[in-house]
Amino acid sequence: VENVRLLDRLSSRKAALGTLYLTATHVIFVENVSETRKETWVLHSQISSIEKQATTATGCPLLIRCKNFQVIQLVIPQERDCHDIYISLIRLARPVKYEELYCFSFNPKLDKEEREQGWKLVDLNEEYNRMGIPNNYWHISDVNRDYGVCDSYPTEVYVPKSATAHIIVGSSKFRSRRRFPALSYYCKDNNASICRSSQPLSGFSARCLEDEQMLQAIRKANPGSDFIYVVDTRPKLNAMANRAAGKGYENEDNYSNIKFQFIGIENIHVMRNSLQKMLEVCELKSPSMSDFLWGLENSGWLKHIKAIMDAGIFIAKAVAEEGVSVLVHCSDGWDRTAQVCSVASLLLDPYYRTMKGFMVLIEKDWVSFGHKFNHRYGNLDGDPKEISPVIDQFIECVWQLMEQFPCAFEFNERFLIHIQHHIYSCQFGNFLCNSQKERRELKIQERTYSLWAHLWKNRADYLNPLYRSDHSQTQGTLRPQMAPCNFLYKFWSGMYNRFEKGLHPRQSVTDYLMAVKEETQQLEEELEVLGERLANLQKSQSNDNKVKSKQQDRSKQLGLSTSNNNLANTPQEYSNDLKSFPSRSPSQGDEEDSALILTQDNLKSSDPDLSANSDQESGVEDLSCRSPSGGGCLPSEDSGKDSDEAVFLAV
Amino acid sequence: MEFAELIKTPRADNVVLHRPFYLAVEGTLCLTGHHLIFSSRRQDNAEELWLLHSNIDSIEKRFVGSLGTIIIKCKDLRIIQLDIPGMEECLNIASSIEALSTLDSVTLMYPFFYRPMFEIVEDGWRSFLPDQEFELLSLVTDEWRLSCINKEFSVCPSYPPVVIVPKSIDDEALRKVAMFRHGSRFPVLSYYHKKNGMVMMRSSQPLTGTNGRRCKEDEKLINATLRPGKRGYIIDTRSLNVAQQARAKGGGFEQEAHYPQWRRIHKCIERFNILQESLIKLVEACNDQSHNMDRWLSKLEASNWLTHIKEILTAACLAAQCIDREGASVLVHGTEGTDSTLQVTSLAQIILDPRCRTICGFESLVVREWLQAGHPFQQRCAQSAYSNSKQKWEAPVFLLFLDCVWQILRQFPCSFEFNEQFLIMLFEHAYASQFGTFLGNNENERSKLKLPQKTMSLWSWVNRSEELSKFQNPLFEANSLVIWPSVAPQSLQLWEGVFLRWNRPSKFLDEAHEEMINIIKYNKELQAKVNALRRQLAEMETDDRMQENL
Repeated sequence: VENVRLLDRLSSRKAALGTLYLTATHVIFVENVSETRKETWVLHSQISSIEKQATTATGCPLLIRCKNFQVIQLVIPQERDCHDIYISLIRLARPVKYEELYCFSFNPKLDKEEREQGWKLVDLNEEYNRMGIPNNYWHISDVNRDYGVCDSYPTEVYVPKSATAHIIVGSSKFRSRRRFPALSYYCKDNNASICRSSQPLSGFSARCLEDEQMLQAIRKANPGSDFIYVVDTRPKLNAMANRAAGKGYENEDNYSNIKFQFIGIENIHVMRNSLQKMLEVCELKSPSMSDFLWGLENSGWLKHIKAIMDAGIFIAKAVAEEGVSVLVHCSDGWDRTAQVCSVASLLLDPYYRTMKGFMVLIEKDWVSFGHKFNHRYGNLDGDPKEISPVIDQFIECVWQLMEQFPCAFEFNERFLIHIQHHIYSCQFGNFLCNSQKERRELKIQERTYSLWAHLWKNRADYLNPLYRSDHSQTQGTLRPQMAPCNFLYKFWSGMYNRFEKGLHPRQSVTDYLMAVKEETQQLEEELEVLGERLANLQKSQSNDNKVKSKQQDRSKQLGLSTSNNNLANTPQEYSNDLKSFPSRSPSQGDEEDSALILTQDNLKSSDPDLSANSDQESGVEDLSCRSPSGGGCLPSEDSGKDSDEAVFLAV
Repeated sequence: MEFAELIKTPRADNVVLHRPFYLAVEGTLCLTGHHLIFSSRRQDNAEELWLLHSNIDSIEKRFVGSLGTIIIKCKDLRIIQLDIPGMEECLNIASSIEALSTLDSVTLMYPFFYRPMFEIVEDGWRSFLPDQEFELLSLVTDEWRLSCINKEFSVCPSYPPVVIVPKSIDDEALRKVAMFRHGSRFPVLSYYHKKNGMVMMRSSQPLTGTNGRRCKEDEKLINATLRPGKRGYIIDTRSLNVAQQARAKGGGFEQEAHYPQWRRIHKCIERFNILQESLIKLVEACNDQSHNMDRWLSKLEASNWLTHIKEILTAACLAAQCIDREGASVLVHGTEGTDSTLQVTSLAQIILDPRCRTICGFESLVVREWLQAGHPFQQRCAQSAYSNSKQKWEAPVFLLFLDCVWQILRQFPCSFEFNEQFLIMLFEHAYASQFGTFLGNNENERSKLKLPQKTMSLWSWVNRSEELSKFQNPLFEANSLVIWPSVAPQSLQLWEGVFLRWNRPSKFLDEAHEEMINIIKYNKELQAKVNALRRQLAEMETDDRMQENL
């Protein structure tokens, strides 16, 4: 469709005219401006809602909200076209079969072997070995080998050695969806462990000998401690309500040596509504400070984040400081339990704060233990009540920790944002389906690619320049402030307003330091070469013109790299640099059959940070003009003529 | 008066000092005329705490049996607690501190007694003189002149002796204009934008009153800054309503009929006790010990501090935009022209002028736009967030300005030569200092107090390389462009370095900062090494060649 206008959310007077394309996988908007041809690509699977608004004189507005928090406002000249697009998108955004998802058509031109290599990057058995398991207390159990005991668990489960198959099966019958207690994390140093399960089917008085034996076995696997914590991550009221349905929580009297603890994390419905409310605040047009802070508070979002963090901190403390093992559950043990176990692991073990370790962590606590990715993130058309930002919250917890411990993580914010993006994009097979069983049935590993390999390949982009493996923050347990430090939890505009580049710092310290480090590396190499040359020269004391000319080349190269570095640090010039960059893209965009190019395009447009580049074209000065500063008091450069009117809007 | 009279108990032993995030320490407390000194002699960790009495904002005492406790709340927002054995000692110490921290005579303040222990390289009192500023200006334009009309502070008591005014306006006309402006603060040059020759001026409100008085000289003066056929903008830092009400008290605003070439924009920036209360509420929220997330956010919101930040920044962006983008001259004023006016003119310069983002340039800005421009520091900074006396003239105007600078610095972390510590240091010294720089309310008072002769300038201390290195931003890369900050709520943050400084552990953030410095330092070292090697190689090669040629 031609002559479509892409509106700028922050300034209604600024709109780009262009052409809208619908492909099998993407919505693509290409600007008409000939030299830039800026493109905006949106994956169908990212679309969370489409709204057709009342037709105006200028056309028919269409509002597309994305799961990665992008909001796109289009005005389409013809009502009929708009309707067609609307209908198509509604269908395309809600696939009913897995086979319709992008990962089955996405082909990064890797051969079979490379694909297999990619899937092998993260190996959970290796991970449990790293933790020191199997050992005298824990071993791998094949009780679930054909998903016979629990269909949402992996085939390979780690349990206490003393827990026989009989105990496991018995315990599983006493747990919601048969999700029996299994090992999530084991601390080599003191034998304390984190296990996870679902709620017990205790009702008001039921008990189960095998389940009691199971918990006993977990306690015995940690000879240093005479009790275990059982942490129910739900609010007490919710847990009690569950008793009426024959579910509930452990009775301390029936289990020997447990300490039972509620931690009030709200359920998926509360979280979904909370995010919704917060996003409404993010979408406000030129909100006042009060509107924003009040809305943020009212959404309760940060309160929920803090609750998850507090739970993770509690568990990490129990394991690291008290040396006590913990069993964590919520209702089904696949949402809050996953959040809390992974936060605790992250605090306890520096390995999970590395890039590779973080991938392992997500595979371990989320993918393998049957977090329902498909339901929670709405990959296939399903029950909207099942959708909830569960892993988004975990990712935010990591970001909040990064803010408090800037040197503790090997990866940077971009890494988190890209993972969030791909949880919804369905471009890679990792997060498909609701369980390992479903993924195996679909033969995901043979038919799709692994995100981890993709991220690993580009790991240079995701490095935190402040990370050093011998730094004190990268050793041992992280101990965040607990008590009254509410102010430590901050709104993450890099995530929730990530497409509004105008709101973010205009210069990135991370990027600057990354550039410096890169240059440092080049310098180190050159230093070595120069040193060698000097030694040679001193030895031979003969003139070698070749050496000299080579050396000049080198210095030229270095000069270039420094100036690039400079460019990177001044966004104004950065944008000039970028102006030439997107001009390459149209030709690539046309050749859609070339899959390799397609990936690049995806990188450029659907990967948030890169697409931002084109946003920045107008440079810093221009961007600011879009800041919603009191009734558009800052008209933009190109609108100099009518800006008087804009200025006085505020008067 | 002798300080000794005020000090009934100069020394107490076995005093215990409590601070958040530190273990309690036992030691000796000493009171001197200007300091409270606590020293612990624990062998493993001897430490001393020196606190200026003038830094103390409020003091509370409590008793449990014969153990007295005093809680000292400082203007830099820190709170410490001292347990003092002995009821009498405790009472004596508390009353001494109270008396010493509320001395009403300026000449008894510490700067008059302070003797520097460092070598003075450059006298800070002479570092930023108006003549130098004018010299720079006359390199680019000859449309302005330096007027000595206020030499004896006879025309305007809150202006410096020399001001920059349009060349075409003589001193006689200036005198008439001064009569027409509140507190005689006639329009003077604040900033000249080299890029397009546009200017920013500042003044106080015109005294139009209810009957719409006018002053031809005033109109002539400000019109003299306009290019033929061009319009200018008057930014009034009050809401239209407030400006209209001011007429009843003899004040007012420029009427369109008399200033046809000017468009007036009202931008409401709060003043006085509203700001002071905002600060008090904010600090209260930051010190809140509750575990409730909602309460924190609603208290932050209710303090309105960030709202004020947003308002001030927006007005400053507007002024900058009129100059840079609209190519228009701007006149900024509120009522007196000593508070919100200065916030706007100084922030606009930071946005527009790269020089103001250097250390020296920023110091010069503070001198020009705050000290010489007559911001009443002594009144405004007499008390901070813990004061009980609600004086009308106390207000964190300068702190708000520094906070706004920090917001811009946060958005452009590579464009400033100075770092956050520099801004925090200025905040501290504005409220309590061993230097005379921020004493007095204007140049007139400063000259009467003979501050340049009797006290040391803050700049003499700061501008030595030992100190400067603490305030340098390792990420700085000169950015010659105009920098436009975002004023959206999502882009503005609480200035933790000031408001949470004493109630959050900063170890991990400090480590990160150190790491950053190391990365850059290592890079610079390598660069130097590579350059040296290259030079050496080149030399050897030329030597070789010469030998060959021989």
